[in-house]
Amino acid sequence: MGKRVNLFMGHYGSGKTHVAVSYALELSKEKKPVSIYDLDIVNPYFRTVDAKSMLDRHGVELIVSPYAETNVDIPAMNAASYKMTDDKKRFAVVDVGGDDRGALALGRFRDRLKEENNYDAFLVVNCFRPETRDISGAIEILKEIETAGKLPITAIINNANLGKETTLFEVEKGLKFCEELSKETNLPLAFTSVFEGLIEGAKTITDNLMPVSEILYGSWQK
Amino acid sequence: MSEKVLMKGNEALAEAAIAAGCRHYFGYPITPQTEVAAYMAKKMPKINGTFLQAESEIAAINMVIGAASAGKRAMTSSSSPGISLKSEGISYLAGCELPALIVNVQRGGPGLGGIQPSQSDYFQAIKGGGHGDYNLIVLAPASVQEMYSLAFKAFDLADKYRMPAMILADGTMGQMMEPVELVDGEVEKYEKPWATTGTANHEGRNIINSLSLAAPELEQWNLARYKKYKVIEENEVKYEEYLTEDAEIIIVAFGIASRVSKNAIDDARKAGIKVGMIRPITLWPFPKKALKEAAKKAKAFLSVELNMGQMVDDVKLAIDCARPVYFYGRTGGVIMSPEEIVGKLKEIVKGDAKQW
Repeated sequence: MGKRVNLFMGHYGSGKTHVAVSYALELSKEKKPVSIYDLDIVNPYFRTVDAKSMLDRHGVELIVSPYAETNVDIPAMNAASYKMTDDKKRFAVVDVGGDDRGALALGRFRDRLKEENNYDAFLVVNCFRPETRDISGAIEILKEIETAGKLPITAIINNANLGKETTLFEVEKGLKFCEELSKETNLPLAFTSVFEGLIEGAKTITDNLMPVSEILYGSWQK
Repeated sequence: MSEKVLMKGNEALAEAAIAAGCRHYFGYPITPQTEVAAYMAKKMPKINGTFLQAESEIAAINMVIGAASAGKRAMTSSSSPGISLKSEGISYLAGCELPALIVNVQRGGPGLGGIQPSQSDYFQAIKGGGHGDYNLIVLAPASVQEMYSLAFKAFDLADKYRMPAMILADGTMGQMMEPVELVDGEVEKYEKPWATTGTANHEGRNIINSLSLAAPELEQWNLARYKKYKVIEENEVKYEEYLTEDAEIIIVAFGIASRVSKNAIDDARKAGIKVGMIRPITLWPFPKKALKEAAKKAKAFLSVELNMGQMVDDVKLAIDCARPVYFYGRTGGVIMSPEEIVGKLKEIVKGDAKQW
């Protein structure tokens, strides 16, 4: 957990929000002042704001479009998003929208991020998503995101999962996949993210783990 | 068993359509179904298919009429206000007896409404929407897996009976992510001698048409179509029963409302209330017989819907009002909690609830 700004990008539905929220919680556990920025301009459903009570409990500041999870379907960002680069005393966790369309929102912060040069741009990878089931698919999306976001990816996160049906099998398969992706792209593997309940078991696979807290999106879930 | 992947409902639906042999998608973006179009835009060019973003919903449905006339598996998708725009074309598809798939990922209404999930287009899907004497085959998925399997099934039924079919989903179904097994079923091939693909030296001409100015002839068309509908009502009803064996109260719910209801049933049973559920998978044909059968044992029925009460009358009709029927619903994009349903169940048990 080194850099001040931590950008979470990736394929649509790769688990960016879950990983970003959990990463922010981990930073807060280290007593670091942390804000999480929701830059999703693609999808009005299932957003960082769904984790608000969890973030509040841990003292993580949430900066999100006031229209997220409302009926106003416009691609808006909160003006306070500039704090990400302006307030250098706070750690920033940035939940970027999916695919190249989502990464577009990042472009305006590029110059300031580069100038400070204290950021990581993580690519969240779930090899159980149909578009990133093979290495070439993952690389294609990586390139599209880099082009749109105007920032190079600096590390890969293995977030292999099948939602509630995730077992250690998926985690291990994802690790192998991301190791191969790492070799192909010369990008380091930052860590493997797994649901809290799987952490103990996952230690038999790798010790480079980050626990993921589940965000409950609705009353149909169990 | 094929390997599972994690998908959004909208993506699973699009993937199923492709697996079912659909190579012609025409649509216009609207939340919360846009992923269907986005997925098709990416996939169709790679498999020699057609993805076309039309200038409007009305144009899109008319393109579906064209492709379906040529005997191709074609589809369009939209969300509530967009389906209203397509309604004229849907009626024409029914009148022309053309197989096609229309997907409605519902959001709150009426009017422009909202973008949060809803089931308030039940009337529109089941009771018409478009004009004239017709029915649509209407399938209501309740999981991402069913978004896949029912989209596949819808094309099959549409071809089998030469009529349009609809997937009636909602914003949550479209947006939620769940593991899916992409089981490629056999794509059933149907002869389409009526398709307008050239004369190929056969006698006469193929004409796709819904216009008949001679009243007796139009009546004959309608009578023939309703004969077909009878066959479908006999043979294609699908539903799921959940803990109905000893149930004194039967919840009737479909789609996302059935998911919340299932959680409510588990909670209510812990509190000693004997409750089960009949979940229609086909909303048309409606599982009338299953409900009528259940009314022999159950004491009451509760229709749970994300609307102001649109299916509840069909529940009453199905059981010939033999038992009291109650309703619980939220609307405008609000999803009920299991606790709210349990609360309603407790009222029913106490005798405090008002019948529909």
